[in-house]
Amino acid sequence: MSDFSISLDQFLFWVFAFIACGSAVLVVAIQNIVRMAFWLVMSLGSVAALFFLLHADLLGATQLLIYVGGTVVVLIFGVMLTASGPYMKIQTSAGELFLGAGVGALLLALLINSVCSTDWDALTLATSNTALPIVSGEVDNGGTARPLGLAFLGIRPDQDLGVTDVTKLSPGFLLPFEIISVHLLVVLVGAAYLARAKRRTVTAEPRS
Amino acid sequence: MFVCGIVCMATKRNGIGVLMGVELVLNGANLNFVAFSRFTPLGLDGQSVALFVIVLAAAEAAVALAIALNFYNNHMTIDVDRGKDLNG
Repeated sequence: MSDFSISLDQFLFWVFAFIACGSAVLVVAIQNIVRMAFWLVMSLGSVAALFFLLHADLLGATQLLIYVGGTVVVLIFGVMLTASGPYMKIQTSAGELFLGAGVGALLLALLINSVCSTDWDALTLATSNTALPIVSGEVDNGGTARPLGLAFLGIRPDQDLGVTDVTKLSPGFLLPFEIISVHLLVVLVGAAYLARAKRRTVTAEPRS
Repeated sequence: MFVCGIVCMATKRNGIGVLMGVELVLNGANLNFVAFSRFTPLGLDGQSVALFVIVLAAAEAAVALAIALNFYNNHMTIDVDRGKDLNG
């Protein structure tokens, strides 16, 4: 009898991966839009748990804040504002479902094939870039907030701490950060303009 | 998760259902990024990209919801199959 033991990490990964994928399948399968929103919340929450398991603390917290606490709330607002009557059910026809499921199955087969035919050992055991043990220790334990914050300002402490030549500094993420800031401003203004309350136009007056 | 999102986008007739499919797709890709960031020498780059994806997805969900509300105001239904005005 072989010794079959799973570490806590692996067990938790399987639990949360099962919840995430199962909820995703349920989102597709259920026709009632409010229940779909609930299973979406479950799926996004377990993705956040998977982020924490992958030692990405800032990302997991951001996922919980923005997705579960923001995007899903906005989606549920949309559901409530556009709710259809109780006797009308929006249902896709069987032919479309079959076609969609077929294309999905093909895509899944393609993805699984590419995952199985990758040489994972060569990929994960390659030597990492020159990072001082201090920073890599912090990042491995999940303390990614400070290195990520510095990377957004243009300083890469995980790649640059031993470099003495100024021309060899690696670029940070400052430009994407600025672009995203402007992008968010534009999106806010645009969404507010699109969703403004419009005055109803007066219908044409009858000829006298 | 990615495949579920694609199928959701393709088969749902409710516009909000299509948006949920988009969120699933983006989350599947994010998970991939963070896993690669952890297990390969990708390092912080994967997590930074994943952070950008989260931010952009939230922005896009807001705009898509504004569009969906306008659609509902114009057509009195959220059924995307009724949007036939641009058909040839």
